[in-house]
Amino acid sequence: MNALDHTAHGHGASEGLPSALEQSHAYAHHGGRPARTEPPAVRIALTVIALAFIGLFIGLPLITVFYEALKRGWAAYVAALIEPDALAAIRLTLIVAAISVVANLIFGLVAAWAIAKFEFPGKSLLITLIDLPFSVSPVVAGLIYVLLFGAQGLFAAYLQAWDIKIIFALPGIVLATIFVTFPFVARELIPLMQEQGTSEEEAAISLGASGLSTFFRVTLPNVKWALLYGVLLCNARAMGEFGAVSVVSGHVRGLTNTMPLHIEILYNEYQFVASFAVASLLALLALVTLIAKTILEHRLAEEDR
Amino acid sequence: MTIDVVGVTKRFKTFTALDHVSLTIRSGELVALLGPSGSGKTTLLRIIAGLEWPDTGEVRFDGEDALSRSVRERNVGFVFQHYALFRHMNVFENVAFGLRVRRGADKLPEAAIRGKVNELLSLVQIDWLAERYPAQLSGGQRQRVALARALAISPRVLLLDEPFGALDAKVRKELRRWLRHLHEELPVTSVLVTHDQEEALELADRVVVMGHGRIEQVGSPAEVYDDPATAFVHDFIGETIALPGEVRGGALYFGAHALGLDPQGVADGPARILARPHDVDLADPGSTPFAGKVLAVRTFGPTRRADVELAGETGAVVVEAAVPHGQTLEPGTRVGLLPRRYKVFTSPRAT
Repeated sequence: MNALDHTAHGHGASEGLPSALEQSHAYAHHGGRPARTEPPAVRIALTVIALAFIGLFIGLPLITVFYEALKRGWAAYVAALIEPDALAAIRLTLIVAAISVVANLIFGLVAAWAIAKFEFPGKSLLITLIDLPFSVSPVVAGLIYVLLFGAQGLFAAYLQAWDIKIIFALPGIVLATIFVTFPFVARELIPLMQEQGTSEEEAAISLGASGLSTFFRVTLPNVKWALLYGVLLCNARAMGEFGAVSVVSGHVRGLTNTMPLHIEILYNEYQFVASFAVASLLALLALVTLIAKTILEHRLAEEDR
Repeated sequence: MTIDVVGVTKRFKTFTALDHVSLTIRSGELVALLGPSGSGKTTLLRIIAGLEWPDTGEVRFDGEDALSRSVRERNVGFVFQHYALFRHMNVFENVAFGLRVRRGADKLPEAAIRGKVNELLSLVQIDWLAERYPAQLSGGQRQRVALARALAISPRVLLLDEPFGALDAKVRKELRRWLRHLHEELPVTSVLVTHDQEEALELADRVVVMGHGRIEQVGSPAEVYDDPATAFVHDFIGETIALPGEVRGGALYFGAHALGLDPQGVADGPARILARPHDVDLADPGSTPFAGKVLAVRTFGPTRRADVELAGETGAVVVEAAVPHGQTLEPGTRVGLLPRRYKVFTSPRAT
């Protein structure tokens, strides 16, 4: 904590002080304009280019989504959202996201705890495996589950005997989503828990706290903002995942279509208003995530102080 | 409470942190485990606490086996090197922690917890900081919180790991005095780990000097300073002048020259004659056991040191001698060294 404290201060100083010094230095020698400041025209041009770029590639599509969704008026927008297939897709997305977030919350905490606080054989392998979903294409991830659990898959006979359906059903979608989102919580927690070390836990136990009590009173509060941050990113990805889910879902309307899949189908059927209406919900989710992320980053920075 | 450590050995992979260590800590005393880093002192403290388990050996609290109990059940107050305060709790909650996690019959009502915490905070003189968070405290204040937190569980033994290591010199000295004072008020058996000899000698009733996973000497601060049991202790504690020598036929020689000093029962072979700087007099070169050429004289603060080159058959040896106040010494002149009090040890190079 101390070390962080210092680096935080160090940053502030190194950003503020030298630039101020440089400026006064420059003023002294040039008698007016600071030497390292570009002419106003250049500054304005750069700002305009940057803003135009962001506007064109991020702002415009976002506006288009809402514009297209509301083009036929509010009634058509609402109608597209309360249509049974759309509601089914929203419900499925929420269920899948809820299950995968909870699963990855638990897995992330357990993995981060184990990696940060203990030494065990296979630790570096575990760290590498956690990063795997980041480096594997989601389509490949989906395909793996099809190969394992599909009709021609490795466990096909076994699954049929017990009448368990995984592929083209909810379990497959959940599995694919968990796979794709599982690094988020663990990756957020591991560096923080490693930096915090084990001495606070040792202190808690020496004061008579049980393992569980130590976890809930000391370990968890120390990582709560980072945990929330990880959950937030995990949730956003879980709701928006297309590739992996597309492979395992089977696109059964009203049954195995999540929101991104539903959007694609509507779009392919030229139902643009309906398609953009559902898309606007995902866009709203992105905006909410962004705001929450900003707030959490602020809290995390405060915790470090 | 009496603590008995019997034949404790602890290995980390190939490194032997503790090698058959036995030690008895008497009830109510303040003992310092003193040694350089890697000497095993922190490992011993953590084993007494129950944060580490020995490979072999026993630890007994008042005669009862302590190793069968976890750190939770040992009722020890542990003050960590970097305090390990709970960063998301304020000072009050940090101190209250040990009382709040109690279950069943031991659980105190809220009013009793508040009373006890406030009492402890005023004992360590930081009651005005109760609402602050650890990040808002100075090092010395954190130290006091850590101590109050450890005392809150009314520990049978207080274990302190380098308690003043992270503080600056002035605060360290102040807190050291205060801790000694506190120990007299609350006579709880205390074990302190430090690499700072000044700290150990000033604070402790008894000092345990450790090196390479073994106990070199146990004694009062005066004993370990004035009567070091081994060359390691002599070198480690206080300043040491090392004079070369060899024991032949029950007498001390430097080369062919008989020194006329007492070999103190050391067997034949290369020896080291160790003395405190203030126990070696400078005298006329003709009359003393050692004589040599002054190479340089340095002054720092009240002390002055002279590098004296002793010419022997096997080559020159440079020793650092103390120059008493009021005496002048010119580089290049010859001077005699007369150890008044000294200890003779076999030279480690011989074995």
